[in-house]
Amino acid sequence: MQAILKGLVGAAVGLAVSNASAATIENVRKNGVLTCGTNSATAGFSLPDNEGKWTGFVVDYCRAVAAAVLGDAQKVRFIPLTPKDRFTALQSGEIDILAHNATWTSSRDTSLGILFAGTYFYDGQGFMVRKAENIGSAKDLDGASICVTQGTTTELNLADYFRSHSMTFSTVGFADEEAVVKAYDEGRCDVLSADTSTLNASRQRMAKADDSVVLPELISKEPLGPAVRQGDDHWLNVAKWTLLVMVAAEELGVTSKNVDEMKASDNPNIRRLLGAEGSLGKDLGLGDSWSVDVIKQVGNYGEVFDRNIGKASPLKMERGLNALWSEGGLQYAPPIR
Amino acid sequence: MSDVLLAAPSRRSLSLHDAKVRGIIYQLLLAASLLALAIGIAVQTASNMRARGIPLSFGFWNEAAGFDINQTLIPYDTLSTYGQAFWVGLVNTLYVSLLGIVLATILGFVIGIARLSPNWIVSKVAASYVEIIRNIPLLLQLLFWYNAVLKTLPAPRASIELPGGIYLNNRGLIIPEIQLYAGAGSVGLAFLAASIFSVAFWSYARRARDRTGKQLPVLWVSLAALIGLPLIVFLLVGSPVSFVTPELKGFNYRGGHQLYPEFAALLIGLSVYTASFIAEIVRSGIQAVPKGQTEAAHALGLAPGKTLRLVIVPQALRIIIPPLTSQYLNLTKNSSLAVFIGYPDLVQIFAGTVLNQTGAAVQVMAITLSVYLAISLVMSMAMNAFNQRFAIVER
Repeated sequence: MQAILKGLVGAAVGLAVSNASAATIENVRKNGVLTCGTNSATAGFSLPDNEGKWTGFVVDYCRAVAAAVLGDAQKVRFIPLTPKDRFTALQSGEIDILAHNATWTSSRDTSLGILFAGTYFYDGQGFMVRKAENIGSAKDLDGASICVTQGTTTELNLADYFRSHSMTFSTVGFADEEAVVKAYDEGRCDVLSADTSTLNASRQRMAKADDSVVLPELISKEPLGPAVRQGDDHWLNVAKWTLLVMVAAEELGVTSKNVDEMKASDNPNIRRLLGAEGSLGKDLGLGDSWSVDVIKQVGNYGEVFDRNIGKASPLKMERGLNALWSEGGLQYAPPIR
Repeated sequence: MSDVLLAAPSRRSLSLHDAKVRGIIYQLLLAASLLALAIGIAVQTASNMRARGIPLSFGFWNEAAGFDINQTLIPYDTLSTYGQAFWVGLVNTLYVSLLGIVLATILGFVIGIARLSPNWIVSKVAASYVEIIRNIPLLLQLLFWYNAVLKTLPAPRASIELPGGIYLNNRGLIIPEIQLYAGAGSVGLAFLAASIFSVAFWSYARRARDRTGKQLPVLWVSLAALIGLPLIVFLLVGSPVSFVTPELKGFNYRGGHQLYPEFAALLIGLSVYTASFIAEIVRSGIQAVPKGQTEAAHALGLAPGKTLRLVIVPQALRIIIPPLTSQYLNLTKNSSLAVFIGYPDLVQIFAGTVLNQTGAAVQVMAITLSVYLAISLVMSMAMNAFNQRFAIVER
């Protein structure tokens, strides 16, 4: 009876009761595939290519987790989610991990039943306007119509910013990022507001991308990171250290090309990173070669950045805040020991 | 002897062999298991939510929402609470639904009657309207209207200027704001008085007609009272109204009321779509009235217009109203497709932004479902009451 009830509840409320309990990693191993929630279509971050293969910055993070847990970066099932649905999908157990352009905030960490596992992209909210408007600063945006994605921190920051500068505005909100960009492109709004990464990515989808310019001001801090369900510390650690190992690999100069040679390195930090010394893999409940799998199949943080959104990509974003701490950025991995 | 007779049925009624008793027991068992299932689901959901750290309470209702809504009929700003955002969404849903129902009914009746027109072109045009519109998914029609509206309209600086200080651009239709001064209330009072007078005169005219057989000019007298009296008062108190003309300032026109393209697209889409169904209901309703009724009316010397108005339509309405109710309910529920074209209705604001910002998915969905259920039940109750007035009274 209990089982029937649980099944019914799962069906009725969308909470998949049986397989979303504490041990997410057991489920991933049992299914042989990692179910990862990503953006539905954000160039550079998460986008299916011509052959339907998912590529992008957050996609690669999911592949890294799959490499860590299953030893194969291809064993990922991607579930495209709108910002509006992403946390519900994680809460309900529909996905194992959320790798979205989601901002880490205190209320999301405390009241949604989820936890953020780190920051893979330090971002800030900006404004895009048409050059023809001759706007030089966000302070000139009084009275503007602004296109935004619903259920984002963008909506809340806008309200804060315009209130604190005593300006008026009016939002036009859509659940789907594509609809937002389309509405701006067709002239429904004066301004498109989102994280600057998304603004740059959305240029790819505009008919008249060169007519628009991103204003210099950033009005908020937007640390974007992966999230997991609360109550599964083991899985949180896997999510957290998969990201940190990629950052540490960049710090230590380990890349997907040289990882095999590096295993023979004398540097104890590299030896611990690659599992030749120490017990990080065992302590995380992963195989000894997990970090090698991650770096070999996906790459270190810098490689993933350059390939998808950095200088080797059409988006050509600067590393900026996302450079290593040693190069003036914020990416920093705690010691592996 | 009599004791035995009285006791026998009461003993039999307790027996499980009695079909009636068994029936009651089955009903009770079914009701109890349904109740147990419902309680089980509620308890299980609550414990699952607690286990996952998902908020269970309705405490978010009074927290500050912190996001903006562009189209509100009731006061709302970014400092308002999630509860107020709910009311904004509900009022917006009701607003577009009620206007949509009125427009769809008018359009549907016109097209339904046009389809029966002896004029070949009129009837074929009406038939094509019905067949094209009702066979295309509503969502596609909404997206069509939204994009058609946006694509064809100019940017604010190149607005189309209409007479009377009205401007049309891709931000919407901007009309002058009406500002009322002291004395404006008396114009309203005059209108109220004229309305009361019109109703009284209509009822007097009816009684007079029943008594004398003469028809008094009700329409003209009422119109004269309803327009004339407020107009006289308006001039007497010295035109206590002014219009604030919208001015182009910065990005868009300031001052004045704005009708947004999202609202217009949703209203047009819903009305046009539902009208095609209403047209069919009206046509079938009229055709269901036996031809003998028309012939009898003509035989009595009634003109074609009067035949339609006094004989056919009252009988057709009996057939039309019940399926019409379903169409009204459909239109109201279909208004939730607003979410795709950015009109802030209940689903877009409450089951969208509020749900996402608070994470209280189960509570928000439960409230949203109950609200739609309540709207639909109230509407069908009202339509059923209306239907009873038109139902055939057996004499």
